[in-house]
Amino acid sequence: MYRSELISRLSDGFIVTLQLLGWSMLIATVLGTLLAAMRVSPIAPLRAVGVSYVNIFRNTPLVVLFLIAVVGLPELGLLTGSFFWRAVTALSLYTAAFVCEVLRSGINTVQAGQAEAARAIGLTFGQTLRLVVLPQAFRNVIPPLASVYIALTKNTSVASAFGILDLTYQLSDLIEDFPGSLYWNFFSIAACYILIVAVISGAAALFERRVGVSR
Amino acid sequence: MSSVLYDTPGPTARRRHLIGTVIGTLVLAAVLGWVLWKLWSEEQITPDQWEAFTQPTIIKALWNGLLDTLRAAAFAIVLAVVFGAILASGRLSDHALLRWPSIIVIEFFRAVPLLLLIFFIFLGFGSTFGTFYSLVLGLMLYNGAVLAEIFRAGIIAVPKGQTEAGYAIGLRKSQVMRLILAPQAVASMLPAIISQCVVALKDTALGYVIGASGIVRTGEQIYISPLYNNPLATGFVLAAVFIVINYSLSKLATWIESRQRREGRAVVRRGATDAAAPAAG
Repeated sequence: MYRSELISRLSDGFIVTLQLLGWSMLIATVLGTLLAAMRVSPIAPLRAVGVSYVNIFRNTPLVVLFLIAVVGLPELGLLTGSFFWRAVTALSLYTAAFVCEVLRSGINTVQAGQAEAARAIGLTFGQTLRLVVLPQAFRNVIPPLASVYIALTKNTSVASAFGILDLTYQLSDLIEDFPGSLYWNFFSIAACYILIVAVISGAAALFERRVGVSR
Repeated sequence: MSSVLYDTPGPTARRRHLIGTVIGTLVLAAVLGWVLWKLWSEEQITPDQWEAFTQPTIIKALWNGLLDTLRAAAFAIVLAVVFGAILASGRLSDHALLRWPSIIVIEFFRAVPLLLLIFFIFLGFGSTFGTFYSLVLGLMLYNGAVLAEIFRAGIIAVPKGQTEAGYAIGLRKSQVMRLILAPQAVASMLPAIISQCVVALKDTALGYVIGASGIVRTGEQIYISPLYNNPLATGFVLAAVFIVINYSLSKLATWIESRQRREGRAVVRRGATDAAAPAAG
């Protein structure tokens, strides 16, 4: 009885957590890349926006962002329909700041001489970026980007406090029906998160071996 | 200014940058204008949304909430440093019986969401610990595991000759750790430890979820009261308080890091980004 209920509720929660993770990862990566492009651009106001965005969102607790997104956004008439998309908004805005920082420091670790050499042999700006700078930056970026995604995986749990029925929500929900099942619930839910984290770090390791040419 | 992406600009590039700056500023002004218009048209920047934060009783309540948050964070960080030091010395031990349990504990608490951990402690032991110590204990376990890895990296970064010299003059293993390695490692770890404090302070806001008193809980009491009903304004105020504190702490970490580098000392990095930057966790 308990075991079948545990499995069915955990698989429900697991799917919700994966949906939160997938959408937030996608939006945060796109937004973070845009912000990183702004931060390394030669145009001062764009740089200023990138810097301010990172400083604001990196230093705000995720819970406060969730409060603003879940309780505040409907006040503006935005995303009134869905708790899920408000949660994704909070997670994406928060994670984008970290993605931006990772990409920026990845670009900055490529030595200026590389681009100078590329220009010296007559490559255009686009070619320099595509053939010389980005492949090297990408290689530096994989491990820290993986840890940002792992942190995002763990951060999706905050959504459980704001009306999303994800994995973490199932902990208290199961205890109401099965008192005394706390330890089993906790360790099974923890195992689900550890599984996601293991997949992300495994994929990062695989990817790094594929593209990570030794220097 | 030259970087990997572009050379020091000449006259043509400077003109192009100027055009970009004008267009960029206009676009940003348009976005900012839209946000302000949206806030205005939905009556979010009217004085009645903000008047709560001019009243002495509300300011006092927020201040007390902030003190609770800071107290929880301070307790958690001090305990986490102790816990982390124990775990790190366990992981660096030569005895497999000490090393393996330490590795398992570190990896488990690093991989599990902090909120799940806090929920578990609160649901299981909340009746004895109360909300405050449930929060502190959760923060201690998570940050202790993260700090243990920072400590380990700091110890490993001390040049090997130091350990060998210690053994050569007849010190025991514990003496080498206590007298030679730990004092040198602390300096290089300071920026990483401070940025972990920023992470811990942000995570203290999770206490709101289990009902621990703190500035977020105070904020909720303000915006749910029918008198004010101002979730956006309250959210912005809460965010501003955390940003000011965390930004100052990050700046302090960056300053210490640059001073260490000037003096030619090693600095332990958290991941591949700056040591002083707060991590995503």
